[in-house]
Amino acid sequence: MNAWIEKQRHLIDFTLASLARRRTKNLGLLLVYALLVFVLASVALYTHALRQEAARVLERSPEVILQRMVAGRHDLIPPGYLERIGRIRGVQQIEGRLWGYYYDPVVKANYTFMAPAAEQVKAGTLVVGPAVARSRGLAPGNTISFRAYSGKLFAFTVAGVLPHASELVSADLVLMSEADFRAFFEYPAGHHTDIALSVANPLEVRTVAAKLAAALPDSRPILREEVLRTYASIFDWREGLMLALLSAAIFAFAILAWEKASGLSAEEKREIGILKAIGWETGDVIKMKLWEGGLISLTAFLLGFVAAYVQVFRFGAPLFEPVLKGWAVLYPRFELVPAIDGLQVATLFFFTVFPYMAAVLVPIWRAAITDPDSAMRS
Amino acid sequence: MLFQPAIIALLLASGVAVAMLAAAAPFAVQVIRQWDIASGSERQLQLERRTYLFSTLAAFVMTVQLIALLLFVFNADRMSVMFVGAMCAVGTLNVNAWGFPALIAQMAVFFLAATWLAVNHVDTRAPDYPLVRIKYALLLLLLPALAFAFGLQLKYFLGLKADVITSCCGSLFSGDAKGLAAEVAALKPAPAMLLFYGAIAVSAGLTFAHARTRRYGYAAAAASAGAFAATLVGVLSFVSLYIYEHPNHHCPFCILKPEYGHQGYWLYVPLFAATAAGLGVGALQPFRRVASLREVLPTVSRRLASIAAIGYLLVAMIATYFVLQSNLILIGH
Amino acid sequence: MIELKSIRKAFNQGRPNEFWALNGIDLTIEAKKVTAFRGPSGSGKTTLLTIVGCLARPTSGRVRLAEDDISGLPERFLTDIRRSTFGFVFQQFNLIKGLSALDNVMLPAFPTGRPHRELRERSESLLDRLKLAHRREARVEWLSGGEQQRVAIARALVNDPKVLIADEPTANLDTALSREFMGILENLNAEGRTVILTSHDPLVVESAAVHRVVSMRDGRLTED
Repeated sequence: MNAWIEKQRHLIDFTLASLARRRTKNLGLLLVYALLVFVLASVALYTHALRQEAARVLERSPEVILQRMVAGRHDLIPPGYLERIGRIRGVQQIEGRLWGYYYDPVVKANYTFMAPAAEQVKAGTLVVGPAVARSRGLAPGNTISFRAYSGKLFAFTVAGVLPHASELVSADLVLMSEADFRAFFEYPAGHHTDIALSVANPLEVRTVAAKLAAALPDSRPILREEVLRTYASIFDWREGLMLALLSAAIFAFAILAWEKASGLSAEEKREIGILKAIGWETGDVIKMKLWEGGLISLTAFLLGFVAAYVQVFRFGAPLFEPVLKGWAVLYPRFELVPAIDGLQVATLFFFTVFPYMAAVLVPIWRAAITDPDSAMRS
Repeated sequence: MLFQPAIIALLLASGVAVAMLAAAAPFAVQVIRQWDIASGSERQLQLERRTYLFSTLAAFVMTVQLIALLLFVFNADRMSVMFVGAMCAVGTLNVNAWGFPALIAQMAVFFLAATWLAVNHVDTRAPDYPLVRIKYALLLLLLPALAFAFGLQLKYFLGLKADVITSCCGSLFSGDAKGLAAEVAALKPAPAMLLFYGAIAVSAGLTFAHARTRRYGYAAAAASAGAFAATLVGVLSFVSLYIYEHPNHHCPFCILKPEYGHQGYWLYVPLFAATAAGLGVGALQPFRRVASLREVLPTVSRRLASIAAIGYLLVAMIATYFVLQSNLILIGH
Repeated sequence: MIELKSIRKAFNQGRPNEFWALNGIDLTIEAKKVTAFRGPSGSGKTTLLTIVGCLARPTSGRVRLAEDDISGLPERFLTDIRRSTFGFVFQQFNLIKGLSALDNVMLPAFPTGRPHRELRERSESLLDRLKLAHRREARVEWLSGGEQQRVAIARALVNDPKVLIADEPTANLDTALSREFMGILENLNAEGRTVILTSHDPLVVESAAVHRVVSMRDGRLTED
């Protein structure tokens, strides 16, 4: 066992020395390799962070949302619906919600206007999301006016700005009091946008939904877990699609690796011949070359991954944001919370190290079977 | 569902492995037909050199299969949010009929590759390479196994539809459900413990005995296979309960999750290593009377047996540790 | 020590350019003696050396090394024998550029897994003995021809082989250095090592240090 470890140490020593001797040749490959890891890792880290962000947001949203449908379109909930639902076992809380979209011609962006259930916001004041605050240059105490769809002008005082934590969803949010909301949109009294229900036990959600559908046949229950599922599959799908598109790059890289590994210089061939002549076995040469591949992979992987990490979490992924986020007009500038995930590292390994090793295996073997007597015949 | 990164990665890995072995197959046939160790011809030299490629390839496939196995379970766990009713890997694997077969095939390929490597290792220690033909015939058998596993995986992933309502570990491993897994899970902790510790004791004992006396090779291998199954039974029926500290949570996959500190790996890694080594001992036994292997084979076989014995003892110790440090009490004192 | 029986060696077997480099060689090389193969280029002496030194296998014929038949051994085992029994000094020295003299000397022992410290001490003492202690950290391409050859000799000795094989050792050396080489050779032989070399340099084949000269032409032995 000791001899085995010692031997591997020797092989690594030799590999390091020979890598250092052929710095320029290996540097090119290393850079391409690291670049590939960087691109793939950026995609992976970014989508993972988005997924987490969405999950965090949804964590606080109600388990079931009930929408009324008229002619297959989302419509207002008329008065009396809340009462008609009555008590359903397992439902902890029911509330009618009020929210809508407002297009702000000044910055050409859509805001979400919302009236929170409890009287959190005093009449005449607003609490705005960070993106709104940024785009309109608002601070608490400022006054802002919006022209309603009816043409009337409404003036509000900004009471506060929402925290950054879950910016993906709260960025474009504008909170106002119920009275202001109804007046601004001329919302019919007693009507609501939709109904939110919170259910404590996840196993009961489906039963609750079924009961709701039975009680109010013209309504559609939307489950949080379904939204979560859709989000997850959309993000995964985007990531997968990116990877599939990048597979051409991976393939090209594998060919490059193959080329590099089979295109041994005369000097390298001579060296392997010498090693074999002086007592290295074919298996030893293969091991040495595998160590070489492993060390290159490890270095490239670390370099690429760290660079991707910095790009995504320090600089907000400027390179891939537009492709992967695909959000509405008002781009939330949100801070991604750093998260590394074992599955992703393993996946990344399969997209980079695996093609590399598979590509260099045969060239390595070819190099290793150099005739030992070639050293004599030169 | 194909556009999932981990799925693409898994299919890529097994697809490439199949392709590599398939490309190598004609050469394996050549080795079987034209091998003549006594010849000094250039062709024989070429064949000999080719054997290095095959051993490297097989080792590569085995490593990849092992990592792929982890990725497979990992990914199944992660994808559980996408299926109604799924809460961990079990639910995802249950989405269609191919999930568990694909997982089992993946494990089988790993063990097959590991035993092939054991035979290969011994063969290359004897100057006349006595097993070369058998070895390459076995390699040709590994190819359809690998292709089959790939096919199952492909079928499974292609059949993943998000609108399927699946059942998760709660229902699959609950006492009321039917089927082998459920029956195993419904096993009372006390007999399961007896089975688990008994099988571990037998396999550790036999592998240890083999390491000492060179005898009981086949028995040690059979006991290893038994211990593998018994450990899975043990995990299902009591180890997992202690880890989750919940009397009805029987899942063998959730213990790999971060919520439970990835404790499952501590159990599964030595288990897989020990079982691979134990099966390797069995794979070597048919050749122990080959003249040129008389010296080499027992040494390798004994070393493998030692690895297996240590592995099983580790499994037992780790499982015991999980039980003891748990707050759950299943068996009254 | 080494016994060759009807050795034949073909290159490009079965192809139009098939060529038999050795054509039935019967030869016994005695242990602890210095044997030289002499002959014009293309006479097969280097090929014979590769077969004696386990670098290649004969196409047909038997090779016995200390009573063991090694002609049918696969490369893996030939390598083991080569590493422990033979040390090679090549015509072009064949040192690995970019590595220090010491690293070059240590190379043949890497696959044995000998502890690093022990190996280093052994290599240093060999370099010391060959009067190269001061050059051990120098890269080999900075060394003179004579120094390079001495590094090559040290490398050949690092695994303590019984047999030293040298292919045209003086081809790249001037007279003084050639004499120095023959001196080293004599010392090694005096230690009990068998030496086998090829040469057409009169300074070598006519030297008193050489016990036996084997002449070759067209892949056959001519006279002793």
